[in-house]
Amino acid sequence: MAKLALREIEGRSAGYWTLFAALGALLAAGLLAAHYMETEGHIITGMDNQTVWGLPHVFAVFLIVAASGALNVASIASAFDKRWYKPLAPLSAWLAMALLVGGLAILVLDLGRPDRLVVAMTTYNFKSIFAWNMILYTGFLALAAVYLWTMLDRSVSRYTTLAGRAAFVWRLVLTTGTGSIFGFLVAREAYASAMLAPMFIALSFVYGLAAYLIAFVALYAGTGRALGEAVLARLAKLLGWFIVAALYFVAVFHLTNLYMAREIAVERFLLAGGGIFTALFWIGQVLLGSLVPLALVWHPRLNRSRGALAVAAVLVIGGGLAQMYVTIIGGQAWPLDLFPGYEVRSSFYDGVIHHYVPSLPEALLGIGGMALSALLVLLGVKFLKLAPESASAEALAAQAGAEA
Amino acid sequence: MSAGKGPDSAARRRFVGGAAATLAGVAVAPGLLLFEVGQGAAATRVASSAVRWGLLVDTTLCGADCTACVEACRTENGLAAPTRPTDAQWIRKVELTDPYSGRTKSLPMMCQHCAEPPCVDVCPTAASFKRADGIVLVDRHRCIGCRYCMMACPYKARSFVHESLTGQKPDVPRGKGTVEGCTLCVQRIDRNEQPACVEACRKTGRGAMTFGDLNDPKSEIAHRIRERTSVQVRADLRLDPGVRYQGL
Repeated sequence: MAKLALREIEGRSAGYWTLFAALGALLAAGLLAAHYMETEGHIITGMDNQTVWGLPHVFAVFLIVAASGALNVASIASAFDKRWYKPLAPLSAWLAMALLVGGLAILVLDLGRPDRLVVAMTTYNFKSIFAWNMILYTGFLALAAVYLWTMLDRSVSRYTTLAGRAAFVWRLVLTTGTGSIFGFLVAREAYASAMLAPMFIALSFVYGLAAYLIAFVALYAGTGRALGEAVLARLAKLLGWFIVAALYFVAVFHLTNLYMAREIAVERFLLAGGGIFTALFWIGQVLLGSLVPLALVWHPRLNRSRGALAVAAVLVIGGGLAQMYVTIIGGQAWPLDLFPGYEVRSSFYDGVIHHYVPSLPEALLGIGGMALSALLVLLGVKFLKLAPESASAEALAAQAGAEA
Repeated sequence: MSAGKGPDSAARRRFVGGAAATLAGVAVAPGLLLFEVGQGAAATRVASSAVRWGLLVDTTLCGADCTACVEACRTENGLAAPTRPTDAQWIRKVELTDPYSGRTKSLPMMCQHCAEPPCVDVCPTAASFKRADGIVLVDRHRCIGCRYCMMACPYKARSFVHESLTGQKPDVPRGKGTVEGCTLCVQRIDRNEQPACVEACRKTGRGAMTFGDLNDPKSEIAHRIRERTSVQVRADLRLDPGVRYQGL
């Protein structure tokens, strides 16, 4: 049986260049916004001394969490030895790297002093979870690159399983680190929970697979390559279970908090009376970002439709951004409890709910980071052999059988 | 060490830190130095771990409408009067109300100079640091402006500089894109003076604030702490703040 060939895409169609130009324009707008933020300072953003992390962090943390999850398809192939998924793995590894680079670009450009990046890379405080994360991010990029190399270069293919397992373990640690950025904040009632680490891992599975599905469906629809219904149905079913797992962790996180008297007020704020945050949680994260996609991917006919699956994946990503907004902005909106049991008032907004309105430059920076990720994927599929020339069920099954 | 004062006090403080580390390196036994700090250091004393600077606030003496400490801090450190949520506030007056009795209290809140500071723990570049004498500071030359310390501080003690500044004080380095907070007037402490807030409070005649060495049993602050119950804010977090409050 002939080996199922991985192929670059031609990347010369009007559609390719239109998409390329559109993403390039968004990236340019993001860079301009970042430049404006650096010259003027954060005064031009909606951030202040109460809400210190704004919309850029929402996009950045989402992309970083999605990055580790995007590696799932590859992990299933190598770490869990499911041969059927093997031809789908290279795109998964490249996408993971692209998402991480996009997220990190936003984080760096949102720094007060992005020009001091070299300080961040040369001076480490090893007690800081941020410093660990810098090592986790660079390690992830390196491992994913090595993993991709073992998949694309036959002379080193015997190391694929080893590299894949290492990357899978690393990605679990990485998302633990991302969740712990918030989980370790003992004084903030919306955070300070060990649950955040596993919850972020579960969410990463969802966001990463959704991002993969969008890239996968777009690539096959755009190039006219064969994409089997059964292939889609299999990935759809997987996405469904990931959504269920994520909802489970979200539910346990809030229920455990609701059991603690000191957490009830903040939970009531986020889940019931928090205005935009409550709406984004129930309508954005739960309904549109989880339940509707779940209905689409578990529907016996719709889960074979590219369109329905693409809609489900886009909804999941929208829900993911809503979740990050509630987690990051909502968590800061709730005031610190300096004097438990007292009502407090001060010139520094103690004791009051903080209002945050994101500014256009912040939004452009976040969207620019997403555009950078998408642009990297677009370049990757043109210059690297990332995807099989056919993703029909027969081709994948035959390939799996041939390797067995 | 040189007694001369350069215009850049952060660099000077770094030098002081370096000198302290060097001194520590030649210690023959923990806590025992080979030589004493030179005579010439009268004007700028070296931070020593034998000292733990702290503040004691007697809330029963603190006036509800008095903001002398806040104004003195602004004057000393070159801060503008805050009008927006983006403006820096190194010290603020907080009014507490007991929801059951309606009784109110007023107190100044600033960096609590914790022995176990979360801002220092989370800072990726070690720009947030604790001096040997317990003062928690930000090295403005090393701060990348990630603002993680602001997320981690339980006391909302830190501010981010959101825009360009002009007219900074020579011995109070500040700059756009970096995080700052109460330094306990480290520049004054190094000149053997009291923090500006404490001095201003005393001048009002209230004397609600006491500054001193918590480690020295003969100091006024240690004496007052022994005499009357004092508490640390959010003591449940076990951060061991160097600022204590009486009458809470």
